[in-house]
Amino acid sequence: MSNLIKAEDLSFTYPASGERLALPVFEDLNLEIDEGSFTAVIGPNGCGKSTLAKHFNAVLLPTGGKVWVAGLDTADEEKLLEIRREIGMVFQNPDNQIVANVVEEDVAFAPENLGVPSPEIRQRVDEALKIVGMYEYREHAPHLLSGGQKQRIAIAGVLAMRPRCIVLDEPTAMLDPRGREEVISTITRLNREQGITVILITHHMREAVGADRVIVMHKGGILTDGTPREVFSQVELLRRAGLDVPQTTDLLFSLRNAGWDLPLDALTPEECAEAIAAAMKSNN
Amino acid sequence: MLKDITLGQYFPGKTVVHRLDPRTKLLLLIVYIVALFLAKSWYSYALVLAFLTGVTLLGKIPFKAMTKGLKPMLIFIIFTALLNLFYTKGGTLLVDWWIFEIWSDGVRTAFFMVLRIMMLICGTFLLTYTTSPIALTDALERLLSPLKKIHVPVHELAMMMSIALRFIPTLIEETDKIISAQKARGADFETGSIIRRAKALIPILVPLFVSAFRRADELATAMECRCYHGGDGRTRLKVLRYAGIDLLAFLVGAALLAGVIVLRRFGL
Repeated sequence: MSNLIKAEDLSFTYPASGERLALPVFEDLNLEIDEGSFTAVIGPNGCGKSTLAKHFNAVLLPTGGKVWVAGLDTADEEKLLEIRREIGMVFQNPDNQIVANVVEEDVAFAPENLGVPSPEIRQRVDEALKIVGMYEYREHAPHLLSGGQKQRIAIAGVLAMRPRCIVLDEPTAMLDPRGREEVISTITRLNREQGITVILITHHMREAVGADRVIVMHKGGILTDGTPREVFSQVELLRRAGLDVPQTTDLLFSLRNAGWDLPLDALTPEECAEAIAAAMKSNN
Repeated sequence: MLKDITLGQYFPGKTVVHRLDPRTKLLLLIVYIVALFLAKSWYSYALVLAFLTGVTLLGKIPFKAMTKGLKPMLIFIIFTALLNLFYTKGGTLLVDWWIFEIWSDGVRTAFFMVLRIMMLICGTFLLTYTTSPIALTDALERLLSPLKKIHVPVHELAMMMSIALRFIPTLIEETDKIISAQKARGADFETGSIIRRAKALIPILVPLFVSAFRRADELATAMECRCYHGGDGRTRLKVLRYAGIDLLAFLVGAALLAGVIVLRRFGL
């Protein structure tokens, strides 16, 4: 697999403004994201996850080092639209990213900006709405929809650009559990069925469990990086960084401390139950 | 409570009036207003009224919606009627009591004035009732696009208008939330003098403005991420196209205007 996004010695400092001092966020960060992968980025508040995400589609430009997207340098202003078309971005608050007051008009916004001919816009809008399962709502007013539905509209709005990668910055933070489930299953489907690279920034460990790769950020650096099993079994490291672990890992970790011989990499409730059952059997 | 505010309320439908190109409707409204101001006699008013009634029936707009739209303007209408009633002199003196004098011309002017205002309001409502706000801003952008040549930011204005329309319900919802939050902390909006009540609004307006600015900032970033870069090279999902019914509508509009002008010529 080739890499779609590559950060090379990336440094970024928020410039000083007024009485606020300049705020360095990262220094010499190196990272590669493979095409077609599903990566979750987790970390405590203020660790730089959102700032990092904004570098992937040139909303922020590095103050040092380079970010390459599909071989294009994000600092190259000529290539700005091309980069933003490849890397779609979905934000936390669905209300603040929906532009039009009819669902289909909103989904059409990006292709309209790109100058796509009208018949093709229609096609792309219908396709994007069908993928996120909101086709029946195409003529509705967005403010009458639920949070999860609005966020799916926002995803469709990005899909209509036909991007290679979608970056989601805490897309479920403002949603109820049902809306969260809707959004996560939609993006998982996008990755598995459409082959779109997904970068999910999240606070919820359960959402990170479904990813291929988990990157844990801490104080502007990468604390650990690997498959969910590898990452979440480092319970002590994560706790020291102020992070939770999935409930299954938490349970296994407590049992281990109580003297049980259990693996830490059983992430789904089923695996966890099996591991405990096996341990109990061998104990008898 | 605030949700009951209806701004440019739109009744979705599929009638002939709904299907007309929004540009046609906008231009027809102008023709209608001109005809209304040219009308002078019973006959010409009857003609314009017939047009209004015809369009209302064709658009299947409930009669109630029309009268409801007139309600907020009631004070204004009554005031205009009284002013015209007492200040127009001419014809025969009908009432002469204390300092009040009512002349027959006054009655006539007042009546026509009220009729004109009511018909003007109804006509405008008819447009917003049968045309979605998006279609209207689209029509405005297209109709005003020749002004781009003299550097009028037509696209930007239309974009601002449609975003404003999009955020009205969101901000109303937010205002409701802030009011509830302030009430829960003991804020009192209902008692006291007008000045006191106006002052009580400050704790609502400040957070509302702060959040509106924050929203604007986030929206701008989201728009940039979706490749927005102004109106240049932009295409549209729905392209406005004049059809046969638009031509027909223009003919009806022209006939209305011609009719009123002819009647005026004959002093009717």
